Formats: sequence, structure tokens, C-alpha cells
Amino acid sequence: MKTILKVLRRKDPDQKAWWQEMIFETEDENASVATALTAICADPSFQDAKGQPVGEIVWDCSCLQKKCGACAMVINGRPRLACDTPLREFKGGPVTLEPLRKFPVVADLAVDRSILYENLKTMKVWYEEAVRAEGPMLDLAYASSRCLQCGCCLEVCPNFYAGGTFAGTAALGPTVRLLASLPEGQKKEVRKAYRDHIYEGCGKSLACRNICPAGIDVDELLVNANAMAVWKRLFGPKGRS
Amino acid sequence: MEKVILIGAGLSGLSAAIVLAEQGISSCLISAQPSERAQSVLAEGGINGALDTMGEQDTTEEHFADTMRGGVYMADPNAVDRLTKGAPKVIRWLESLGVPFNRINGDIQLRNFGGQKKKRTAFARSSTGKILMSALIAEVRKHEAAGLVTRYTHHEMIRLLMDENAEKMTCRGVRVRDRYTGRLTDFYGPVILACGGMNGIFPGMTTGTTRNTGDAAAMAFCQGVKLANLEMIQYHPTTIGISGKRCLVTEAARGEGGRLFIERKGQPWYFMEELYPELGNLMPRDVVSREIFFVLRREDCTGPVCLDMTGLSPEVWKNKLSDLREEIIHYMAKDPVTTPIPVEPGIHYFMGGIDVDLRHRTNVDRLYAAGECACQYHGANRLGGNSMLGAVFGGRTAAGDLAERLASSGLRLGEGPWEETLPADFKDPAADPASPVLIGQISRILLKGLGIVRNETELNRTLDELLALEASGTYNIRERGRLKLAEAMIRSAVLRKESRGAHYREDYPEKSEDFRKTAVASLSGDDICIDYRDLPERKGQA
Ligand SMILES: Cc1cc2nc3c(=O)[nH]c(=O)nc-3n(C[C@H](O)[C@H](O)[C@H](O)COP(=O)(O)OP(=O)(O)OC[C@H]3O[C@@H](n4cnc5c(N)ncnc54)[C@H](O)[C@@H]3O)c2cc1C
Ligand code: SF4
Ligand code: SF4
Ligand code: FES
Repeated sequence: MKTILKVLRRKDPDQKAWWQEMIFETEDENASVATALTAICADPSFQDAKGQPVGEIVWDCSCLQKKCGACAMVINGRPRLACDTPLREFKGGPVTLEPLRKFPVVADLAVDRSILYENLKTMKVWYEEAVRAEGPMLDLAYASSRCLQCGCCLEVCPNFYAGGTFAGTAALGPTVRLLASLPEGQKKEVRKAYRDHIYEGCGKSLACRNICPAGIDVDELLVNANAMAVWKRLFGPKGRS
Repeated sequence: MEKVILIGAGLSGLSAAIVLAEQGISSCLISAQPSERAQSVLAEGGINGALDTMGEQDTTEEHFADTMRGGVYMADPNAVDRLTKGAPKVIRWLESLGVPFNRINGDIQLRNFGGQKKKRTAFARSSTGKILMSALIAEVRKHEAAGLVTRYTHHEMIRLLMDENAEKMTCRGVRVRDRYTGRLTDFYGPVILACGGMNGIFPGMTTGTTRNTGDAAAMAFCQGVKLANLEMIQYHPTTIGISGKRCLVTEAARGEGGRLFIERKGQPWYFMEELYPELGNLMPRDVVSREIFFVLRREDCTGPVCLDMTGLSPEVWKNKLSDLREEIIHYMAKDPVTTPIPVEPGIHYFMGGIDVDLRHRTNVDRLYAAGECACQYHGANRLGGNSMLGAVFGGRTAAGDLAERLASSGLRLGEGPWEETLPADFKDPAADPASPVLIGQISRILLKGLGIVRNETELNRTLDELLALEASGTYNIRERGRLKLAEAMIRSAVLRKESRGAHYREDYPEKSEDFRKTAVASLSGDDICIDYRDLPERKGQA
């Protein structure tokens, strides 16, 4: 299988970005974008379409099985995980690879997503005291714990920008995790953080709906979070009020 | 003022940071990638502790016995004693951080796992590691906000800073490279290494992340830190090949009733159940992987070996293994609810690593190691569910010991700066990466000798090939580190002339009391030394 890849390259954030086209060939019919990047980086003699050396393409990865969120990038215009994007989908390409656009670029396809963690710190997303996840909220606590902090949802969000007060869907999972297990009397601060940093800024366009590579049901989390933090009624998880 | 330096932000590093912060001790939490990308998020099946919530009269003593037997009596019994006695507390602590463990009758539900007769594994469906990590990350965030934990999330340790003047080997801190800018910084303080298993030695061949490169352990080895039991590499019996790596099919699949079979004379043969009537498919991993190897070699059998989960109830799929089903459908285009799936053993865990004592101290003063990078608790074979336990318990133990030494001033945090960014033009050759071509060569050579079934001829051939590679080039510091670590692995395997746990020698198929010892590897000059250390007796048992 042959695929034409077009990679947006830059050595450092100050350099002007440029497109490099290369042809990646493999016999592995399940090869993903991550397979291609791994193989290219491991081959110092790999050349681009013009016969120029490609060298190391800077990108992030870790688990290679869509569980860590490291390899999120923009693939043919859509935010996706490189390890969860099979090359065969593109029938030869070309496939464009760009870094996520909402975060500062480090080099090539790698971005600095520190703002995700900073936002959660600003929102004080933690328990002050011991809690226990149980009862009807257990499933919700589980579902919301699965967020990868990959940032794909922010890429498509018209309202999110790094440095703004709106923290976007990436902060939703961790916040709902808190709301799901906090005793009723201790929810005040988290409710406020949810309203100030998620609810207020969200235009409800749901562009982020089917983007999450972890399959997080944004609707379900929003419905529950709104119920707990905005309408203040105690809902069970979706489908079992 | 110095701070405590934690290298690695998986289960082990996070647990250590929390214990220190709770005692008011500041730490720098340094990791090559953010916690969400650590291998710990991949753990699926669960974490062990004799909570005895399932009405089976389970005890910590039985957890002790199973762990020792599973490790074929090569673990330090006193360390295992502490681990298994501490396990229920660890799980209750995690529960108090809001971990949504599966529950039953108002308490934590436990499942069966390999090598254990009683239900002892707490779990959050089949994504336990990810769910634990989300809770620990939030807890550490609280201490970050309070200024007690300072995170460096894209920083890689490139070397230890050793005290040149001290009488005994002493660690003063670490040198770290910012992966984003390339800048080097020295951090001063006592160090806990929690940098994970050495997956990077076998790129593409393990279930874990090759971003745990093994470079930190290799560098420490070259700087005088002792490593132990390097020949003990766990092959998990049920993995599937996906692009670029081995993907785990969690042992929970068998814990919940999955059965292994191979076709023999046209009929499915559930070989584990016939060969081991008591534990069947839930024998320890070393045994299952070896039996898979042997049935595949039989003339009357036709591979592949398949895992049959078609008998599992809809309730189990929905509430206990939902993520596993999704994963198998995704990667294999087969629904395990209706179709058995072909599986193969794959490299999964490193029982060997940095040699530590009961308190997780290494042979170097002011240097600790915990989690998968350390050699502790698991002997010749780790039981499923014991490694997350070992990572959390080990991180807590190391941090607790450090805190105690600080309180009693047996160990002082020194004066002076705790962080010093080096000039932009400062170069350290230890920052240069190993060549991917060499990494591939080393891995291919090692795999020949360090398979599931080993023998002297193949091991010696492997060693010769590795030595020839070593002699044939000039290598940078990291490359030399990898070569030396690889050589120590092979030498440990050559010297252990017995079969025990994950180390099975066709030429010495029995275990031998002479070798029921810890194999300690050290490097002096260019020479690798493997010494055998006796295991202690279990203390204080009535
Ligand atoms: C697929 C899979 C499933 C598993 N399932 C289970 C299970 O069900 N039950 C169980 O008990 N165990 C399981 N395990 C094993 C268990 O998950 C690990 O052993 C454990 O999580 C290791 O934790 P750790 O903190 O030691 O290391 P890790 O989580 O691997 O973290 C290592 C940290 O070190 C950092 N690091 C590495 N090198 C450097 C460096 N040079 N400089 C700075 N930072 C560095 C990394 O960035 C990372 O933050 C599983 C493992 C895998 C791969
Ligand atoms: S609904 Fe729209 S505005 Fe709200 S988080 Fe999603 S994409 Fe952003
Ligand atoms: S909600 Fe989904 S897309 Fe957004 S950060 Fe979490 S895992 Fe990524
Ligand atoms: S490498 Fe972990 S999600 Fe792709």
C-alpha cells in the first residue's frame, strides 16, 4: 500500500511552516498514520518526493492504541489520533498532517497542550476531602474519567482559544467526575467553576459532538453537568433520571 | 533549598508526590510526557488486595502465598509481606480519591485473576489504569495549586548527578532535558526514579509504551546503580498484533470465564483446563504462555491458539468488559461475543529492574526506585493485578521512607538552589538520542535469546552477536547504555541454569535451589558482573 503524505513542517515555532510531500509504502494493511510516522522517523535514509532527506518529524505518541491522546493532530483537516487513523482510509492519499491549531506549536506536528492542565488548575478540579464514587452516579463517574486530554474537541470548538476563560469540552470530563461523587453540600465551588468556565462560554453548537476519539458522549456529560450545576437538580445518568 | 525529585508521573510517581505533599515536603515531578500519556493509563484488568468483599474468606496471608508461589519463591518475602498487608489500605485510599471501582452490595467488587484462587482484583470495568490515573492526577493537581508539587511535563532525565566527593556513592540530583526547547537543567535533591518498564529495548514488540525507553535505567546502570533479575521478562499469553505494537487482551477476559483452545484432530482442545484442572485458564502467565508455545509445536495441533469468550454473559460484557469488546471489534473486525479470537503471547512486563531494598532504596545513597522500573515484589513472574499495586505501594513506600529520614534528619535537604538552568550553549553528550537503527538491531538480537523458551546455545549465540555489535562501532553515551543493559540481560539469562517463572531453559527444565537467588548486575569499567544474592527469611511470622 502506497500513500502520499503531506506534512506541515517547521523546526521551531518561529520558523515559517512549509509542506513536505513524501510517499510511504508498507505491506501492513492496518498501518496507521502513526505507523507511517514511526517508520519514517526510524529510517534516517528516508527521502521526500523530491529526493530530499526527511529527517526526524517531531510528533508525540505513546500508547499506539488510542488510549493516551498523545498523537492527536489534524489529519485531512480533522482532529484525530494518528494511531487510530488507518492509511487505507485514504486510498493512496494525499493525506495532510498538521499540528493541532489551538495550541502553541513546538515543532512539526507536536504542540504544547499545557493550557489544558492550567485550566483545570484554575477551575480547582480536585476533591478537597475524601469521597466515594457509588450509587446511581457510578457509571457517570466512570464515563467522565475516560477523557484523554487530547484536545481534539477544542480544535473544532468555535469558542475555545488558549488563554481565554472558556475551558471547553476538554474540561468537561474531569469536572463531571467531581460533580458525580461530591456530596450535595460540597458542590458549590465546582458548580460555579462549571458555570464560569464551561457553561457560560459554550455556544451549544455541539460541533464537538462526534469528534471525541475516546467516544465520550458529550451530550450525556453536558446534560448531567447542567442538571447538577445549572439546574441544581440531582439527575441520575442519562436514561435513568 | 533542595526539593525531592520524582522522575516519572505514572501511578508510582504520582503516588509518591501525594505522600510527600501530605507531609508538607515539596517535590519536582518530572516526566517525559504528561501523566495522561504514561503507560499506567493502559492497565485494564485491575489491582489486587485481599479486601474480602466477596464472601470467600480471603486473607492477606493468602495474597502473600499466591504472590510468592506466582513468583516461584524468588521475591523477597518481607517485601511481599508488606505489599500484601498494605494492599487493602491502598485500594481503600484509591477509593477515597473517588475512583469509581465496580461495586457490589455496597462495597468494592472483586474479580478473579491469574494465579489466585479467590476473587481479589478490584477493577473499574476494563480500564482500571486510566480510571485510577484520572483520580491521582486530580489529587496531585490540588498539591500543585498549593505549591507543593511542581510539574515538568515534557522533561526527560538524561543522567544522575553523582557526588564525586562523597565516600559512598551518593546522588545529588538529576540533569534534565526540556524536550520542547532542548535546554538542560540540573535539579538538586534526593531522587525517586519511577520511570516505568524497559519497553523501549523492544520497540514495537511490547504491550506497553516504547516511550518508556529504558534509557533512564541504562544510564543509572552506567553510573553505578545496580540492576536485578534482568532475565525475568513476562510474556503475556493473550495479545494481538496491531500496527506497530502488541495489544493486550486483558487477563480479566479469562478471569470472567474466557477459555483458551487450539484445534487438535479437528476438535477444539481446551488444553489449559485439561493440563491444570485446578486453575485452568487462570494459571500464572508464565505457565500459560509456555503451554501456548508447546501446543503450537505439537504435530497433532493446528494453530492459532484462540481465546473463546462466547460463553460470557451479556451482563459481564456490559458492566465489566465493555472497553475490551469495543477494542477487539475495532482492531480485529471480530465480535468476541460470538467468535473466538486468535491470540499470541507478547512481551508485557519487566520483573527485573533497579535493585531496591524493602524501603525502595537503591545501592546509591539518596536514590530510590519504585514502580515497574524497580525490581521488587514479583520474583520470577508477576501476578496480574500486582503491578499497579506494586507501583502505588512502592511509590508510597519510597516517599514515606524519604519523609521519615527527613523528619529524623538522617537525610537532609541541602542548602542552595534546587534548580539551575544551564547556559543555552551547554552541551551534554548524554542528551544525544540513540540511533533508531541501533535500537532496532539490539532488539532483534535480544529477541533471539530471550524468548519464552530459552537454551544455552541460542543464548550464547545471542551474546556473541551482541558483543560483536558492541565491538563494531563507536557509540554515544545512550547507545552504550542500551548495549550494556542488553548485555546484562543476556548474561543474566545465560548464567541462570535453571527454569523458574518467566525464565524457562529447555536445557535445564527444573528449578534449582542453588539459583533461588536475586541476580544482581553491576557495571565496572566495561565489565558486567552478575552476583547472586541470597533471599532473606520471612521475619516476624508467628
Ligand atoms: C496494556 C497493559 C495492561 C496492564 N494491565 C495491568 C493490570 O490490569 N493490572 C496491573 O496491576 N498492571 C497492569 N499493567 C502493568 C502496569 O500498568 C504497569 O506496570 C504500571 O502502571 C507501571 O507504573 P509506573 O508508575 O511504574 O510507570 P509508568 O506508568 O510506565 O510511568 C512511567 C513514567 O516515567 C516517565 N519517564 C520514562 N522515562 C523517563 C525519563 N528518562 N525521564 C523522565 N521521565 C521518564 C514517563 O513519561 C511516565 O510518566 C498493564 C500494563 C500494560 C502495558
Ligand atoms: S458545543 Fe460548541 S461551543 Fe460548546 S464546547 Fe462544543 S464546540 Fe465548543
Ligand atoms: S473530551 Fe474527548 S476529544 Fe476532548 S479532550 Fe477528552 S478525550 Fe479528547
Ligand atoms: S499514541 Fe496514544 S492515543 Fe495515539
